[in-house]
This record gives sequence, structure tokens and C-alpha cells, in this order.
Amino acid sequence: MSAAAAAASGRRVWGMMYRHLALYRRSWPRLLELMYWPVLQMLIWGFTSQFLAQRTGNPVALAGGVLLAGVLLWEVALRGQMGVAVTFLEELWSRNLGHVFVSPIRPWEMVCAMLGMSLARTVISILPTILLAWALYAFNLFSLGPVLVLFMLNLLLMGWWVAFGVTALVLRHGMGAEALAWTLMFALTPFSAVFYPVSVLPAVLRPIALALPSAHVFEGMRAALAHGVIRWDHLAAAFALNAVWMAAAVATFAWQFRVARVRGALLSIGE
Amino acid sequence: MNDAIDVEGLRKCYGKVLAVDGVSFRVPAGATVGLLGGNGAGKTTTIAMLLGLLIPTSGRIRVLGHDMATDRFAALARMNFSSPYVALPGKLRVAENLRVYGHLYGVRGLEARIAELAAQLDLGPLLDRPAGSLSAGQKTRVALAKALINRPDLLLLDEPTASLDPDTGDLVRTWLERYRAESGATILLASHNMAEVERLCGHVLMLKAGRIVDQGAPAELLARYGRDDMEAVFLDIARDRRAA
Repeated sequence: MSAAAAAASGRRVWGMMYRHLALYRRSWPRLLELMYWPVLQMLIWGFTSQFLAQRTGNPVALAGGVLLAGVLLWEVALRGQMGVAVTFLEELWSRNLGHVFVSPIRPWEMVCAMLGMSLARTVISILPTILLAWALYAFNLFSLGPVLVLFMLNLLLMGWWVAFGVTALVLRHGMGAEALAWTLMFALTPFSAVFYPVSVLPAVLRPIALALPSAHVFEGMRAALAHGVIRWDHLAAAFALNAVWMAAAVATFAWQFRVARVRGALLSIGE
Repeated sequence: MNDAIDVEGLRKCYGKVLAVDGVSFRVPAGATVGLLGGNGAGKTTTIAMLLGLLIPTSGRIRVLGHDMATDRFAALARMNFSSPYVALPGKLRVAENLRVYGHLYGVRGLEARIAELAAQLDLGPLLDRPAGSLSAGQKTRVALAKALINRPDLLLLDEPTASLDPDTGDLVRTWLERYRAESGATILLASHNMAEVERLCGHVLMLKAGRIVDQGAPAELLARYGRDDMEAVFLDIARDRRAA
């Protein structure tokens, strides 16, 4: 790709991001909504952790921060997924897809804009929550060390491929599949072993958990918090699984995008 | 003369429903051509295929020299589209909407272009208002500004004056005539307003049940059907009355 073509691509990506950032710039309820659930989750689990520490007389339960770290990291996956899905759904709600896809924007540029918006939304959602955990419960997520970046990256990637799967379903089934954007990731929570080890799950469910990158991330997180060790095997498994799931989700999205062009859904999908 | 649009054997099936049935036509560069037909005749489907929104079942489309099956983005950068049935984001302000599409089309000197369009289409007082809060006539002017943001060589318009009062409709038609005269752009217009078609179009394609059943300059069609206005010609074709 030439420099001019790359600049033109960058401008189209920025155009789509600007379309969404302009909405947030003026709307404090939208900004508040981004922080609302993560902060609420943090408060609930933070006080639960405090209560358990006092009740058991074991401050390690709080100091170790397993619950709090779980909440914070799982929010990265949740917010990452919703960031992509909601950015796409905004186009459907405003019935704007017809205009967007008769412009020269390429589908992959649209995907880049959705990922950019997801990243922005995730940072806005998570940062205040991390600060709150530090202020209220003296829990410093960054005490996990540099490996935290790898944990977060894996969870963000997982949120993204789940979102591509959801948007592919919306392209195929229309707004009837919209509810999946809000619920699918929550359905993966029990299998992601956010608050307990995979070994707690019944044997029949463990393969499902181990097929998800998130279960490996949280196993790694607990090892880092409890023993101060980095489980590279779990991190490698998480990256490998993310690569496989991402390839499958992107291929499904591309396939459904083409099917939508065959069915004429890009014009009628918001109806 | 080069053809801005060259369509050959275009067909579109939705399952067992044949929406467009072997349509072939050419639109010379700089012409204004009307696409007429009743509801379900295949106008919107044809326009959607010309825009690359819809993949044809078979047939070939070349737009501004580019094959839409293999090279559609090169064509899309030089064309634009307006329809009252495809909305602009209602929560964005008018200026923000124009900025978004200016970026998507890679418009240079974007703020100056927005100011120019605002002056020409009398959008100045509307620029800071949310697009969703505008009246139908104001929305149409904004949609037209969006469609002209990249100074397109080819403009596809799907019922551009639908639901407009006569005054605003006339303003839009006057503006389209001016744009075409100044820029030499090609316009393909789908409309149910026969007076509009007579005024704007040098050539008309009459669609029925997915096929082109007649075509010609408005004056030719009027003479052929022995009618005084295009509305009567439209009814003759819709009701299977033969040309004289």
C-alpha cells in the first residue's frame, strides 16, 4: 500500500471514529453509562471481598485481590466486546449503513474504526474503576506487573472476536439478534473461571472452559497474585486460542457481510 | 462519448422472486437519466446494485470505467447517493454529519467545502442542529449536501424530492440542474414525480416487473404514446397500454 493510500485509509477510519466520538463528546449520560457497570461491579465485589476478609480473619483474601482483579480484568473483555458491537449497532439504529457502505470505506477500515472505538470505550470504562479499587480497597491492579498488559490484551482480543461473532449474527438475522450483543459475553462468564479455578467446574464443562482464552488468563492471573509466578503456558494457550477464534470470527463476519450484500440486508437491516 | 454507467444483462433474484430481469442500459457521461416504474418495478434494486450495496445474481456493471464486481471502491470515491429512505445519524449535528462523510470521501479543504455547500443550499442556520431534529425539507437539503460533499462525477438519486412541498422540491430541482450544468456530472434519478422527470431528464428508462419496457427522451415518449404529459405515459405503461 502506498503512503497516499495508507493516509486515505487512515482518514476513512478516523471519519468513522469521529462519527462516534462526536456522540460521546456532547453526551454525559453516554459517558456515564460507560463507567456505570464497571464501577458498580467493583463496589459490589470490593465490599464482598472486605466482608470475606473480616469474616474469615484472612486479610490475604482481600490483599491478594483475586476477586477484585477478576472483576477488573473481566470488564476489559466485556467492555471490549460491547465497544465493537455497540459501534456497529449505532449504525443500524440510525439506519446509516446504506450511506456508509456506498462510500469508499473498505469493510476492514470499518472494522479498524470499530476496534479503535472499542479501545477508547474500554479505557474510559476501566480506568476510573481501577482508580476506585485503589482508593477504596487499596488494591493496585498494576502490582501484577508487566504481565498485566498481556492479560488485558488477551481479554480484549477475546471481547473483539466475540463481538465479530455477534455482529455476524446481526447481519444474518437482523435486529432480532441485537440482544446477543448485551448477553453473549455474560453467558461465557461461568466458563471463564473469573472468580474460581477451572478445577472447580464439573469435569464435563472443563473442556469448554479450556477452549476459552479467558480461562487461561484467569488461571494465570491467580498464579501471579498467589505465587508471584508467570504461567507462560497459560498465556501461550490464551494467545493461540485467540488466534483460532479470531480467524473463525473474522471469516464468519466477512462471509455474512457478503451474504448481506447478496440479500440486500445493508439497506433494510435497521427496519 | 464515454459511458458513466454501462449495465449488461443485469439480473437479481431474491429466492424465487425475480426483482431485476436482464436489464441492460448505458448512461453517457454528463447525462441526466430517469429510472421510472411503479412500486416493485426494480428501481431501488437496480440503484443498490449500481452502488455495490447489492451483489447481482448475474450480469455486469461498469461505473465510471470501473467494474463494480472487482473494483468498486475506485468508482465509489467518485460517486454519491441520496435517498429519503436512508437516514443520516440523527443525533449528530448537520456539520458533524458532513464532516464524517467528508472524511470518508477524502474531501480536501473539508471545512471550506462544508461552508460552500451551506451557503449554496441555505444550510447555515442548520449546521449546529442535530440532523434528527430537522423538517423533511431540511433533511432533504442536508442529504443533498452529503451527496455533493465529494463533488461526485456520478450522482444516484432515489426519489430526491419525495415528501417535499412544491417550493422545496423546486429548489432541489433547480440546484440539481445547476450542479449538473456547472460540473458536467452524470445523474441517474429514480422518481415517481413525472413533472420532475420531464424537467430534469434527457432520457428515461421505463421499468416494469424488473425489465426495461420502454425508453427514450421524454418528448419521444410523449409522441410515441400520444400523450401530453409523462404521467399519462407512465399510466399507459403501467397498465399495459401500447404505444401508438
